[in-house]
Amino acid sequence: MSRAEQVSAFLETMPFAAALGMRCEIFGDEMTAVLPFQDKLIGNAVIRALHGGAIGAFLEMTAMAQLYLVGDLATPPKPIDLTIDYLRSGRAETLYARASVRKLGSRMSSVHAEAWQTDRDKPVAALRAQFLVEVRTEED
Amino acid sequence: MSETPKEIPLETIQKFAPLMMQGVPWATFLGFEVTGVERGRAFARVAWREDLVGDPGTGVIHGGVITSLLDNLAGVAIATRLRALRAMATLDLRIDYMRPAEKGREIQAEAECYHITRSVAFVHAWAYHGSKEERVIASASGAFALNDPKRWSPNSGGLAAVMRAVESGK
Repeated sequence: MSRAEQVSAFLETMPFAAALGMRCEIFGDEMTAVLPFQDKLIGNAVIRALHGGAIGAFLEMTAMAQLYLVGDLATPPKPIDLTIDYLRSGRAETLYARASVRKLGSRMSSVHAEAWQTDRDKPVAALRAQFLVEVRTEED
Repeated sequence: MSETPKEIPLETIQKFAPLMMQGVPWATFLGFEVTGVERGRAFARVAWREDLVGDPGTGVIHGGVITSLLDNLAGVAIATRLRALRAMATLDLRIDYMRPAEKGREIQAEAECYHITRSVAFVHAWAYHGSKEERVIASASGAFALNDPKRWSPNSGGLAAVMRAVESGK
């Protein structure tokens, strides 16, 4: 199974990814996560802004998917801690995200991710997270 | 809106706190429920549900559900310390995942607004099974911007309902 197929399999078997309604588009080793707008993602009905929790969940999942893309993982990454900076309010439209794995060790990994809407230079939110990972070895 | 000298009456917050979650589509979808409000604190719960699972191998609820719960509950805790209605926006949130939530078990949460200024509120929050001393799942800390709600339309949302109630003195 290619890494891209592993990412797709990971997202397809995760119930919460379907509940959120996200998908990933992969070109080689580059991945963009896509979260199409749905009414249920609203956190503030007055200004029709996306819920910070939905944005955070999307960024966390993007980071996990990126780990699958760059490493041969035996089990899903387990979050240790994460920090989300909310930079702009998310409007009622599609949200995109990309993640970069800053370090992938045999057990610990550090990932950054950023979400944006129409303009990538105007990020909606940014995430920094540590994950506990289990990288597959030759014997597995 | 004139500044009220004192904090919003707790009874008003208690009455409208459920709206601050149940009036929020994402919180409704995830099934969040406010279970109590005190001055400076708010409590909530979310039931285990198959479609909220992050790891199908273990049945553990996805961290994103907990992030959403603590973020939303923080807003309710902040409302108990406001002297005038303010629109809230999360500036940042840090979450530590101490242990996975157990499969099939309800998650409870508590948020505490431990400091508030004219423009910023600081919150600690916990998700746990039973009590936060016993089995804490995650702890969070965050800062929230407080803005003048006059920029918003007063027609919808839980906060707007609280605002109208405060203004009418009921």
